[in-house]
Amino acid sequence: MSGLQVQAEERAGTQPGGTGGSGSRLSVRPAILSVRGLTYGFSRAEPLFAGLDFDVREGEFVSFVMPSGMGKTTLFRLLAGLLAPQAGTIAVGEERAAAAEASRLGHIGYMPQRDSLLPWRTVLDNAALGLELRGTPKREARHRALELLPVFGLEGTERKHPHELSGGMRQRVSFLRATLGGGKLLLLDEPFSALDAMTRAGMQEWLLQIWERHRKTILFITHDVDEALLLSDRVLAASASPVSAFSEIAVDLPRPRDCGAVLEERFIRMKRELLRLLGRETRGSGGDRR
Amino acid sequence: MMRKASAALPAGTFILLIAALWEAGTMLLGIPHYIIPKLSDVFVSMWDNRQTLAGHFAVTLGEALLGLGLSVALGTLAAVWIEGSRLARKTLYPLIVASQTIPIIALSPIMVLWFGYEVWSKVAVVILFTFFPIAVNTADGFRSADPEIGDLMRAMGARKRDLFLKWKLPSALPGFFTGLKMAATISVGGATLGEWLGGESGLGMYTKRASNMLRAEAVFSGVLLLSLMGILLFLAARLAERAVLSGRFPGEQGR
Ligand SMILES: Nc1ncnc2c1ncn2[C@@H]1O[C@H](COP(=O)(O)OP(=O)(O)OP(=O)(O)O)[C@@H](O)[C@H]1O
Ligand SMILES: [Mg+2]
Repeated sequence: MSGLQVQAEERAGTQPGGTGGSGSRLSVRPAILSVRGLTYGFSRAEPLFAGLDFDVREGEFVSFVMPSGMGKTTLFRLLAGLLAPQAGTIAVGEERAAAAEASRLGHIGYMPQRDSLLPWRTVLDNAALGLELRGTPKREARHRALELLPVFGLEGTERKHPHELSGGMRQRVSFLRATLGGGKLLLLDEPFSALDAMTRAGMQEWLLQIWERHRKTILFITHDVDEALLLSDRVLAASASPVSAFSEIAVDLPRPRDCGAVLEERFIRMKRELLRLLGRETRGSGGDRR
Repeated sequence: MMRKASAALPAGTFILLIAALWEAGTMLLGIPHYIIPKLSDVFVSMWDNRQTLAGHFAVTLGEALLGLGLSVALGTLAAVWIEGSRLARKTLYPLIVASQTIPIIALSPIMVLWFGYEVWSKVAVVILFTFFPIAVNTADGFRSADPEIGDLMRAMGARKRDLFLKWKLPSALPGFFTGLKMAATISVGGATLGEWLGGESGLGMYTKRASNMLRAEAVFSGVLLLSLMGILLFLAARLAERAVLSGRFPGEQGR
């Protein structure tokens, strides 16, 4: 743990502007995802998104917090290329013009809300699936997955099948699969919501460590305000449907962070602000209501 | 091995009990031997005719296996077609399901009309009986494939071929084996019926002829052997299922 921290601090120190808050450091990076005028709704239902704009910069950790049923999963399916916007564009990476949906398929790591592991495949073969689908020879794909198993806390489980794993382990396999399969952009749809509080706290710290080492761009969906603030550089929130703009909170807590950060005053201030944006007041938030 | 043996113990005991009741009942109640022969007499008759019976057994087994094999091929093809084509799903699938309201037995004489008294009419009757469970269970298996896994694979860049081989096909396997086990059991009945409609050999023909001659022991030995064949085919199908699925699906841990 402490070794990792030192490593991460050293790395941060060598970067230009690394001493500033994460927000200022990241603002100079190019956008890796740029969404313009996104409009989408299922037929015979209220539209979910109407003219939505937002950007995500390379290496950023961005959380989306919205009430249930407002379209978080749908947004990810749009980004991954599984659904086509009814209007607007989604551009990933260098491409100037937004390319067709099909061109995004296979270029974004996607971890769905349910772990969606293939029950008939072993842990190793599940993890290697993304590489395999992109044409990596099976042997090499397995080899690369095997190398990463210890990092994901899955050492020794390579021959097991998903039904033999705990919930947390299944989530990690699913996360490993997304990491190995996609490009620079990782979409994580409520990866920890099915876990109990203890396991979840452990997984959050673990995700922070992994991310601080690899610095992929992560888009993260959660219902949990603490989780969003603890993990992210920015939190995008919305509370009214259809979503035409996100309210944004830049999280300027220093990294590396751990679960203790939730007790800091700055954190609590941001949390109050985020809950206000979501239209939820906290009972503990004090005298201004009573 | 120990576990297998102990698992078979209750069933084995039960069979022995029935056998004992049969033997004792026929003796004590004085049931005429042409209604229910003594079990020991049935075995004696079986032993006396062992060579004839073995030949008939092989003939019927061959018909059942041939029909079953063709049903597996045709049924799987039909299921793949139903899965792959919207049109087939809307036309063929309901037709196959609706065809089950036709009493298959009533169709069987048509098979004799078309395929004559040779082995092929029996095989055709077996197919008539076994095609449905395999086609429908496999098609349902394809349809039961988790759409979220399909989406995930598409998001990871899967092509149509990948989706079929790595998602649809494995998802359909449990359904296919359910169909196969059902079909394996019914196939013996199909072959027997085919032989009743006209034939020179096979256990079905043997029992029918024995019945005409009121030789109860021979009828019962034929029936016992046909039951045995059904059980063996079922067990073989289950063995194949275990071999393919064991450990891969929850509830199929094998052993
Ligand atoms: N395939 C679909 N067809 C029609 N409506 C759908 C479909 N998928 C989702 N919806 C509807 O779209 C809305 C948004 O769904 P979505 O799954 O994106 O919500 P969510 O924000 O991810 O919710 P949760 O937090 O509960 O996961 C819901 O009202 C849902 O009923
Ligand atoms: Mg969702």
